[in-house]
Amino acid sequence: MTRLATGGRIDRTRPLRFSFDGRAYTGFAGDTLASALLANGVHLVGRSFKYHRPRGILSAGVEEPNALVEIDRGAGRREPNARATVVPLVEGLVARSQNRWPSLRFDLAAVNGLASAVLGAGFYYKTFLGPGRDAWHKRWEPMIRRMAGLGRAPEAPDPDRYGNRYAHAEVLVVGAGPAGIRAALEAAATGARVVLCDEQAELGGSLLAEPSAWPQLAADLAKLRANPRVTLLPRTTAFSYGLQNFVALAQVVEATGGLRERLWQVRAGRVVLATGALERPIPFSGNDRPGVMLADAARHYVQRWGVLPGRNVTALVAHDTGYSAAFALQDAGAAVAAVLEMRATAPAALLAEATRRGIRVLANHGVSATRGGQRITGLLAAPRGADGTPDAARATPIACDLLLLAGGWTPSVHLFSQARGKLRWDAALDAFLPDEVREAVTCVGACAGEGLAPGLPVTQLAAGSATAHKAFVDQQNDVTTRDIALAVREGFRSIEHVKRYTTNGMATDQGKTSNMLGLAVVAGQLGRSVPEVGLTTFRAPYTPTSFGSFAGRHRGMLFDPVRTAPLHDWAMQQGAVFEPVGQWQRARYFPRTGEDMHAAVARECLAVRNAVGIFDASTLGKIEVVGPDAAVFLERCYVNAWRKLGVGRCRYGLLLREDGFIYDDGVVGRIAEDRCHVTTTTGGAARVLHMLEDYRQTEFPDLRVWLTSTTEHWGVIALQGPRARDVLAPLVEGLDWRDFPHMAVAECRVAGIAARLFRVSFSGELGFEVNVPASQAPAVWQALLQAGAAHGITPYGTEAMHVLRAEKGFIIVGQETDGTVTPEDAGLAWLIGKAKPDFIGKRSLSRPEMLRADRRQLVGLVPRDRSALPDEGAQLISSADARVAEGHVTSAYRSATLGHPVALGLLAAGRARLGDTVFATRLDGPPMALEVVSPVFVDPKGERLRG
Amino acid sequence: MVLIHCPWCGDRAELEFRHCGEAHLVRPADPAALDDAQWAEYLAFRDNPRGWARERWRHVHGCGRFFNALRHTLTDRFAATYKPGEAWPEPPA
Repeated sequence: MTRLATGGRIDRTRPLRFSFDGRAYTGFAGDTLASALLANGVHLVGRSFKYHRPRGILSAGVEEPNALVEIDRGAGRREPNARATVVPLVEGLVARSQNRWPSLRFDLAAVNGLASAVLGAGFYYKTFLGPGRDAWHKRWEPMIRRMAGLGRAPEAPDPDRYGNRYAHAEVLVVGAGPAGIRAALEAAATGARVVLCDEQAELGGSLLAEPSAWPQLAADLAKLRANPRVTLLPRTTAFSYGLQNFVALAQVVEATGGLRERLWQVRAGRVVLATGALERPIPFSGNDRPGVMLADAARHYVQRWGVLPGRNVTALVAHDTGYSAAFALQDAGAAVAAVLEMRATAPAALLAEATRRGIRVLANHGVSATRGGQRITGLLAAPRGADGTPDAARATPIACDLLLLAGGWTPSVHLFSQARGKLRWDAALDAFLPDEVREAVTCVGACAGEGLAPGLPVTQLAAGSATAHKAFVDQQNDVTTRDIALAVREGFRSIEHVKRYTTNGMATDQGKTSNMLGLAVVAGQLGRSVPEVGLTTFRAPYTPTSFGSFAGRHRGMLFDPVRTAPLHDWAMQQGAVFEPVGQWQRARYFPRTGEDMHAAVARECLAVRNAVGIFDASTLGKIEVVGPDAAVFLERCYVNAWRKLGVGRCRYGLLLREDGFIYDDGVVGRIAEDRCHVTTTTGGAARVLHMLEDYRQTEFPDLRVWLTSTTEHWGVIALQGPRARDVLAPLVEGLDWRDFPHMAVAECRVAGIAARLFRVSFSGELGFEVNVPASQAPAVWQALLQAGAAHGITPYGTEAMHVLRAEKGFIIVGQETDGTVTPEDAGLAWLIGKAKPDFIGKRSLSRPEMLRADRRQLVGLVPRDRSALPDEGAQLISSADARVAEGHVTSAYRSATLGHPVALGLLAAGRARLGDTVFATRLDGPPMALEVVSPVFVDPKGERLRG
Repeated sequence: MVLIHCPWCGDRAELEFRHCGEAHLVRPADPAALDDAQWAEYLAFRDNPRGWARERWRHVHGCGRFFNALRHTLTDRFAATYKPGEAWPEPPA
C-alpha cells in the first residue's frame, strides 16, 4: 500500500470497495478512481490506442490522456473512456482497462509497437495509395477497423434519465479554484445572482492540494452556500460558450433513482473564467511509461488524497513548480534520487533548498531514455547538447519508480477562445493569454496568466526531441515527435493540417497536454516562432459530454411529436395498420382476418368503385383566407382564376414557386365573397401558410386579407363511391341538392352537426368531403357508418386512396412532382387563368428552358406483360440496353379495378409517345417493358364523379 | 442560442425565428416586362457577403411577422432589426 497514514482530504473512516479488471481493491470516500488505484500500487491502467503500449496515470485531472477505463454500472450503463482521474470512487465501482487482449499485462496487439515504422503519421491516408482498391478493402480496411476506436460502445439502451434546465445569472463563474471563489464572493457581495460551477466533485481547485488553505476554503464555501442567490454546481463542466454569454454546463447528478446528468443552459450578464492552467509534459524517449507523471499531479496525490505515487523519485524540471512537487514527495516519505534541471542553471534559492534537503540537482540535463516494462524502473540522465538533445553517450543511469515532469504551465483558454476571444502570445510567460473579446467575459487567475512564472520556453522544451525514439507528444493518439517532424517534411505547414495528418490533439482529451508541445515541435522544424505557427481552433465541448445530456427528455415518445387525426382512436380499435406521413400517423389500410395488405387494399378500392368508401382526410392542411381582398389575394398567388369563382363553388388550385415549379395543390372553396376555405397537401400545410404569409405581409401589404391555419380545427370525412349520396343525403339538413354539382361547397348540417360540405373527388367517383369541428368528427363518422351499413360502406386507408387517385391520374405533390415539374409537365396547364397578367411563377413559365419540347411529362405506364409491378423511382430508358434515363416511375400500384398494375411516370416528351414501349430499370433483373398510355386509367370523361 | 430582437415582440430566442433570405428584393410590378436575364437576376442572383448582410427573418413561432435585420455573417451578430418598409440602417464601422 502506498496510502499515507495521515493527510489528504479523504475520509479514512469510510472505506469503499471497488474492482479493477476483476481484482478487488479498497479506497476511501473522497478518492478518485486514479488516486485509489495509486493507493493500491496500481500504475498500469491501460494500453495505448495505436501501439498498445502500457500506460499509466499521467495527471490528476480532466487533461488525462492515458488512464481511460470502462466503468460498468450494469446493463446499458457501461461507459467507455472514463478518465480515472475524474471518476469519483463509489462503493462497488466496477472498472476495466481497455484496448487490450487477452489481458492488460499481456496484450498481443503490442506487436503493433514493433510495426511502428509503418504506422507513423498519416499511415491511414497512405493506405489509400499504392496497389489499387483491392488492397484497401482486403488488407488495410479490416486491419484499421480492428484497431480503431477507443473502448467499447455500450450496446443496451441507456436506462438513465437526463434533465435540462435554463438559468439566468448576473455572474457565471467557471472554475472554483482560488480565483473563481474570490470572484464569486465579490459578485455575491453586490447582491448579484451567481452561478459557480466546477468540473470536480469537490470545489477548491488547486487549494485542495494546499492543506494550509483548507480552513479559509471551508469558510468561503460556507459563506457562498449560505447565500440563497448563489448556486454552487460541483461536477459541472462548462463545455460550450455561445454568443451573448450563453454557456452550456453538463452537470453529473447521479441521484439514486433520479437524474444521471443535467444540461444547464445559462445566460449570464458577465462570465468570469477562472479555468486555471494545465501543466506541460516533456517529450523525450520513453516518456510514456507508467510511473511517469506530471509533477503537480503527483503533489496533488500526496496532499489531497494522501497517496504516495512513488518511493524513489526523480524529477525532470523545466519550471520552478517542479521543485515544490519533489519537496512535497520527499516530505511525505519518498526518496528523491535527483532533480534533472533542463535549464542551464537551477534557480539559486531552489538549488539551496534542494541541497539543504540532500537532493542532487543536475543542471542542463535531460532524459535520453527510460527503462522498465509495465512501470518505470530507471532512466538515463543526460547532459543537454547545444541544440537541446540529451547526449546519450554521457548519460548516467538513475533508478526510480516515479518520474516527475514539470514542463511549465499552459493557461486554459479553451472557453475564452470559444467565446471568440482573441489570444495574444506573451513571450515573457511563454503562453497564449486572453486578449480582446466582445462578450462580457473576464478571465482571472492562472488562465489569465496571473500568478504564473516563466520557465524554460516550450520550444526549448521540445528542442532536440524530434529525433528521439518514441518521444510521445499526444499519448492518447500515440503521436510522437518523429510523426510531427515527418508531417512537416512531407510538406504540411499549417498547424491545422499537421493536426489532421498526424491526429495530434484529436483524441477525447482534445490535446490538453499535447497541443502546445506539438506546436513547439512544428515551430522547431519550420524554424518559426510559436505565435507564427499559431494555434488550432478550440471547439466545444471542452471535455467529452454524454449524448444523454444533450438528448435530455427527447427520446422515445418524446423524440418527435406525433400528430393524430380525429378518427385515430377508432382506427386503432379497428386494427388499422398505420403509416407515418410527416409527423402524422395515418391509417394505411384496415385488414380483415387473414388479409395481407394487397388483399385489403384491393377490397377497399373495389368498395369505393362499386359502392361507397369512407376515409379520414382530416390531415389535409387548411387555411381560412378572409377579407374583402381574399379572392384577389388568391388570384395573385395561385395559377387559377378565382375572382369569377362563385360563392358556393370550389376549384382545384395549383400553387407554384416563383421559379415556375409546382409547390402545392388543393381544393379552394368560396364560402362567401370575403371568405375562402383553402386546402393544402398534408405535408405542405405549414410551408404553404409561410409562403402565403410572406407574400401577404411583404409583397401585397395593401390587400385586406388575413390567413389563419385551421388544419386541426376541421375533421374531414371523405365519402367516395357511387352510393355516397345515398348514404349522406338522409343525414343532411339545410342543403339544396338541386344546386350541388361536382365542385360545389355549402354550409349545412350533417347528422345534426354544423358542417362545410364539399362535393369533391380524389378517387374519380361521386364524392363528398364532410368538414365538421374536429371534436365532432367521431360522432359524424359513426352516423355515416350506420347510415352506410345497408350500402356496404367500407373504411379505407391511405394506400387505397393512393391507388384510386393514381387510377384517375391525379398527381400527389412530392410524388409526381419533385420541384422541377411545371403545370405543363404535369398536364395541368389547363388550370392556368389565361387572362391573368401575373401570378407567382408565371414569368418563369415562359423561360426558354420551360418551353422545351423534350421536357419530362406525366404519362401513364402499363407493364407489357400486364403482371409485373415496376419499382417506384425506377429510371425509364428507351430500350432495354439504353444507358440514358429519359424519366422515372413516380407511382406504381396493383389495380384491382383494372386487373393489372398501373404506374405514373415522368417521361421526356411523354405525351407524344403514347403507345410506345419504354423500359423501367430493376434492381434485381433486366429492365421491364412498359407501354406509354394516358395517365387517366379510369373514366377519362369524368362521368362517374359528375353522376 | 442567439437572442434576436423582433421589432414587435422584443428579444426572443433564436429558436422562435426562421431565416428568409436576402432583404430589400422587390418583386417587379410587371414581371412580363422583364427579359429573361432581368428575371433571372431577380429570381436567382443573391449577394453572399462576408460581413454585414441585410436579411429577412420571420418570428414564425411568435407573432408571425416578417422583418429585416442587419447581421454579420462571420460573427453572427445582429446590428439592427427593423420593420419592412423602413430604410436600412448603415452597418457599424
